[in-house]
Amino acid sequence: MAGQVVPPAVELRSSDGSLEISLSGRLDAAGVAASWASVESALARNPATIHVSAGALDSADGAGLALLRKLAARPGASIDGLSPEIGGLLDLALRCPVDPAPAPPPETPLVVLGRLVALQLTDLHQTVAFLGKTLATFAACAANPSRVRWRDAWLTCERAGVNALLIVGLISFLTGMILAFQAVVALRTFGVEIFVVNLVSLAMLREMGVIMTSVVLAGRSGSAFAAEIGTMKVNEEISALQTMGLDPVRFLVVPRVLAGVLVMPVLTIFAGVVGIAGGFFVMRLEGFSFATLWNQMVGAVQVKDVITGFIKSFFMGFLVAGVGCLRGLQTASGPSAVGVSTTRSVVSAIFLIVVADAVFAAIFYAVGF
Amino acid sequence: MQPAPAIEVKELAAGYGRTVILENVSFRVPARQVAVILGGSGCGKSTLLKHLIGLLPPLAGQIFLGGRDLAAARGTERLELLRKFGVGFQSGALFGSMTLSENVELALAEFTRLPPAARREIAAIKLGLVGLSDARDKLPSEVSGGMQKRAAIARALALDPGLIFLDEPSAGLDPVTSAGLDDLILRLREAVGVTFVVVTHELASIYAIADRAIMLDKSAKGIIADGKPADLRDSSADPRVRAFFLRKASDA
Repeated sequence: MAGQVVPPAVELRSSDGSLEISLSGRLDAAGVAASWASVESALARNPATIHVSAGALDSADGAGLALLRKLAARPGASIDGLSPEIGGLLDLALRCPVDPAPAPPPETPLVVLGRLVALQLTDLHQTVAFLGKTLATFAACAANPSRVRWRDAWLTCERAGVNALLIVGLISFLTGMILAFQAVVALRTFGVEIFVVNLVSLAMLREMGVIMTSVVLAGRSGSAFAAEIGTMKVNEEISALQTMGLDPVRFLVVPRVLAGVLVMPVLTIFAGVVGIAGGFFVMRLEGFSFATLWNQMVGAVQVKDVITGFIKSFFMGFLVAGVGCLRGLQTASGPSAVGVSTTRSVVSAIFLIVVADAVFAAIFYAVGF
Repeated sequence: MQPAPAIEVKELAAGYGRTVILENVSFRVPARQVAVILGGSGCGKSTLLKHLIGLLPPLAGQIFLGGRDLAAARGTERLELLRKFGVGFQSGALFGSMTLSENVELALAEFTRLPPAARREIAAIKLGLVGLSDARDKLPSEVSGGMQKRAAIARALALDPGLIFLDEPSAGLDPVTSAGLDDLILRLREAVGVTFVVVTHELASIYAIADRAIMLDKSAKGIIADGKPADLRDSSADPRVRAFFLRKASDA
């Protein structure tokens, strides 16, 4: 078949005020692509009359039609020799408007600013409302624990907690090592390398353990909550729950937040222990005996240091799981909405983690804890 | 005009992995025909369609589109063959981040060297054909389900394929929109000479558009009837076929 195809030919002759175009062969996308620009520039000279001879035109595809339409739609254009088939198609095409719709006027900076502020205020309002609703539902569930969907909560605990042990452990071990490597260089100048143990132990138990674990929880589970609930929102499953008289917060949010609050302290303690082990590993390479390191650690760490991390981890678990669920419930419609919610959940969670940690640092400093 | 039939299926076994849903299915669809594949739920309509459009390889047998075997084609030959047909998926499957016009322009941009202005005008004509001139610059999520399906057909038409597959085009549409879609199918067949293979079980739509109905059945794992819908309704010896066309509840 390929051998029989007549090469498309678009011949242009323009002379003062008139444009002659003869078309032959098969006018397809390739032929139109080659001649579109020259036809456009010829038309740009505003010829008074356009004459198209299409007697030798065998066939035209969508692209050919677009070219014919462009010519035929000009005032003063005449086409002759068009086969009835192509003519019929051209009539159809001429009924379709092709001019681009007028663009909406650009927004003034004031409008943009106003919209941004309104968006932030709406978000703040939703966040506060969500927080209140979640706490109220938790209170109701505490009064009547059978209303909690424990199966979902345990399942989420497994996914967010047990399955996260490996990555939390790896990150914490490396964090402990990094801290130790950094500190040992500085402290060696004073000959007090042993104090690396104090630094690593306190940092891991009070700060790094809980921060690293929260970030992992935000990336692994907060985002998953947002995606799960967001997909349910897009599929109208949330609406289905509501019309069945089931509260989405009790049904979806409480089990997840509960799981977050339950697994975070455990993961945090685990991260602290493994992080200290990472520090010990570096110190062993430096030549210290395990007993020395252990005694140094026991002397340095007080119960309050462990409690500090423990208290913070509850709050972090609540924040990360809660903001994941909130972003999921805020999911708009459309295909990219779930992706947007997931991203927002992680960004919001990390922001909240850092803010909460700063607040805690200030409080603990003020009360001398 | 075209020597080879638009579609020729030879002794196809269809299914996923080890699950065989259809066995020993053979049929031909000549060019410019509107063929409807129908049957009850789970009879393998959608599976057959997935085989026809090359998403699933045949478990056995062959499928020829315009005389060429899609499953055996590789590389550029396969790409070339894929461009010869268009598919309207059940839920439209429009790209959600692109406007309707951009959805239609995508294939033109990827496979032709047309300048952007030409692509826009071609897309405008295609969308005009399906009655969506006013919605060209809208996102799929901003238009109704019926409009999405029509836009999907416009996208399937982008490269002027001679063959279009439609999966349940009228499912979930109101009768008026559905009738409009039927009109569109017939008009495209008349004006552009497109062959249609439509998977549907909307009786009204089948009577309106189908030159021919191919009925599949779950227990028979194959074709149990093939012919003009009205003939099948009036004179089929198979009670399953008559029950389908007369909307009788199954005895089984």
